[in-house]
Amino acid sequence: MTAPRPSFLARLGLAFRAFLRALAGEPEPSALPPAPESAPPSRRALADADDLAQRPTEIAPAPVPRAPEGDLAAAHAAGALGLLALLQREGRLIDFLEQDVTTFSDEDVGVAARVVHEGCRRALRAHVTFAPIRPEEEGTRLTLEAAHDARAIKLTGAVGQPPHTGTLRHRGWRATRAELPRPVGGHDPRVVAPAELELE
Amino acid sequence: MSARHTVGVDLGTTHTALAWARPEAEGATPEVLAIPQLVGPGQLEVRPLLPSFLWLPEASEGPQPLPWDPGRRHVVGELARARASEAPGRVVASAKSWLSHSGIDRRAPALPAGAPEGVERVSPVEASFRYLDHLVEAWAAAFPTEAPLGEQDVLLTVPASFDAVARELTVEAAYAASLDSVSLLEEPQAALYAWLGATPRWRELLAPGDVVLVLDVGGGTTDFSAIQVRDRGGELELHRVAVGDHILLGGDNMDLALAELARRKLAAAGHALDRAEVAGLVFGVRAAKERLLGPSPPERVPLAVASRGARLVGATRRTELTLDEVRGSLVDGFFPVTDASARPAQRARSGLLQVGLPYAQDAAVTRHLAAFLARQAGATGAGRSLLHPTHVLFNGGVVKAAALRERLVSVLDSWLVADGGRPVRVLPNADPDLAVARGAAWYGLARAGRGLRIRGGTARAHYVGIESPAPAVPGLEPPTVALCVAPFGMEEGTRADLPPLELAVVVGSPVRFRFFGSSLRRGDQAGELVEEPAIDALEELAPLELTLPAEGRDEGEIVPVALAASLTAVGTLLLEAVPLAPRVEGERWKIELGVREAGASG
Repeated sequence: MTAPRPSFLARLGLAFRAFLRALAGEPEPSALPPAPESAPPSRRALADADDLAQRPTEIAPAPVPRAPEGDLAAAHAAGALGLLALLQREGRLIDFLEQDVTTFSDEDVGVAARVVHEGCRRALRAHVTFAPIRPEEEGTRLTLEAAHDARAIKLTGAVGQPPHTGTLRHRGWRATRAELPRPVGGHDPRVVAPAELELE
Repeated sequence: MSARHTVGVDLGTTHTALAWARPEAEGATPEVLAIPQLVGPGQLEVRPLLPSFLWLPEASEGPQPLPWDPGRRHVVGELARARASEAPGRVVASAKSWLSHSGIDRRAPALPAGAPEGVERVSPVEASFRYLDHLVEAWAAAFPTEAPLGEQDVLLTVPASFDAVARELTVEAAYAASLDSVSLLEEPQAALYAWLGATPRWRELLAPGDVVLVLDVGGGTTDFSAIQVRDRGGELELHRVAVGDHILLGGDNMDLALAELARRKLAAAGHALDRAEVAGLVFGVRAAKERLLGPSPPERVPLAVASRGARLVGATRRTELTLDEVRGSLVDGFFPVTDASARPAQRARSGLLQVGLPYAQDAAVTRHLAAFLARQAGATGAGRSLLHPTHVLFNGGVVKAAALRERLVSVLDSWLVADGGRPVRVLPNADPDLAVARGAAWYGLARAGRGLRIRGGTARAHYVGIESPAPAVPGLEPPTVALCVAPFGMEEGTRADLPPLELAVVVGSPVRFRFFGSSLRRGDQAGELVEEPAIDALEELAPLELTLPAEGRDEGEIVPVALAASLTAVGTLLLEAVPLAPRVEGERWKIELGVREAGASG
């Protein structure tokens, strides 16, 4: 007997990977590293269920709904707009960024920022897990091995010949888990927040 | 080759979850199904919990496509829950509480409760069917090469306090979703199975005579069950010995209480909030609650309430919740320190009763618990004034808050010590949201011979009301006696003795019987009669109806019958009328449970 295979979950995989690529501007489907042990249990169960973290290369490509065959740019845009819709819905991010805040007091901006911070943080944590790329404290001096991952560490200052020794200015972030909403057909991804009409 | 899976389904008041396992696999442990659902307009996600909400969009709102159904016209899950606060008249919530509400016809379209005139409505049974049907579809999508969910062994959990009618209706919903080999399991038992499954050395932790109290405080309901450990020929056995009432009180009440507290603080500062803003406040107070009732809480947590319009800065109101306020409102409000003699307050119902859910009138979980322990003092046979649990297993989302668990344990310990007993020990429950689904799948494994089963049988004795012949007196109802048809503790697949009482039924015309249950009368055997005033202590359930089909008899003929009760393998009570002079071998007719309440509007 074959083990149950969540095939349509695999399709979900593509949607978010396409989106991640759009965000990262990365041309190839890069593999996500395994989910860390510290991921919340229910979420981990979810990640295990779609086997995403463990076997990224097995995820079969499938067309993203509403995107014409081959039109990856449109699929990327739909995925990115979907994330913006999520952050607006949960944390009012678009409202906040679209408003001119120059004439408001820091207190007013601060109060609104709480709404945005709390909601966007909740949404982000439910969908993406981040881990620092370097475990060291910022400010630590360190020397990179010759075969370091150049995509994960940016060299600044007097960049000479390896081995590179310098001060860690930013620890970096790596998404170790990303489960983003998948756009389904029949919805206009450009509607990031619908207008609301209250009926009496 | 047995390819069947054992599947546990937690069809909850606020959330539904599914866990599955393969009995033939060595060391199998249940896994939770990730359930695809709409989470926003046009956005699909997979989540382990499916909110038990059903949104019935207006036609112009268009189809709400799912990967397997682009033309879908209803929504189950997270998006439906979000819509519940925005457009309450279009969203069915708490269908399960309505399913156990004996005051309405549960097969009639009555939900959403506040739906505007002309809006589509569904019955509580249909709403439950929709949630199960979503699981059937999610299963097929997740495991396209496996047999459909309907062909798996499905254990569907129900509150221990569900009466025979609510259980029957739950099974009806499951059959509608083609779950053909479904059986029922009590939720607190499932929670204990989850603990047993996760604790291989449980035999070192429990000893004969121990009583585990399962305290289940979920989003919408609170349930108590007691399960006793017994020694049978050197082997440990578990017996469910007592079940409490179905109390409509849960975490949602607590969030609303905090939101109301915050609303009043904002109103005092001159900021009036509308309904939608208060609904938004509930999210904020939930997050504040988790921080303030969790480990090492801060003194205060700020709360910001956004305006509904696109203008955010300058239109956002700020307040805060302090540790004292949250402790006062939740810990002292819902879990007050009381004596063991405290009882839930009962306000007199107003004469004109609206058809609504019978919410608990007293919000104090501790007083409901005191009443349960006192009423069930005799369940373990010990001569004390309270039932004495030795262990507590918490279940449900609410008791994730450490401060609430600590309060419940300290109050319970004070009662037990004052009654000459000892403090309880708490059994850990790693994931109270998913324990019931997981535990139901563990039970499936146990049933397949892979572990220990909890015994218990029915948690109630059941009675049929019979009017005794008496001369008609104006203004005086003829006295009713209650005939015990099914004793307490009937096991699945067993049949009660035929009570020696004949009823005369007219062929072709429906006959109604009053129907009663009792979770206390353990000694009544089938055939015993309960008369006034003891009958008043029975709990009246929705009436029964029997229609003898003509089938070769004459319309209007009077047929003497006896009533036979059995507990089906599914876990539902089956009442049948057996003719004393059968026309053909084995002739009997099923009696309908849960018929429409006479005079009640649906």
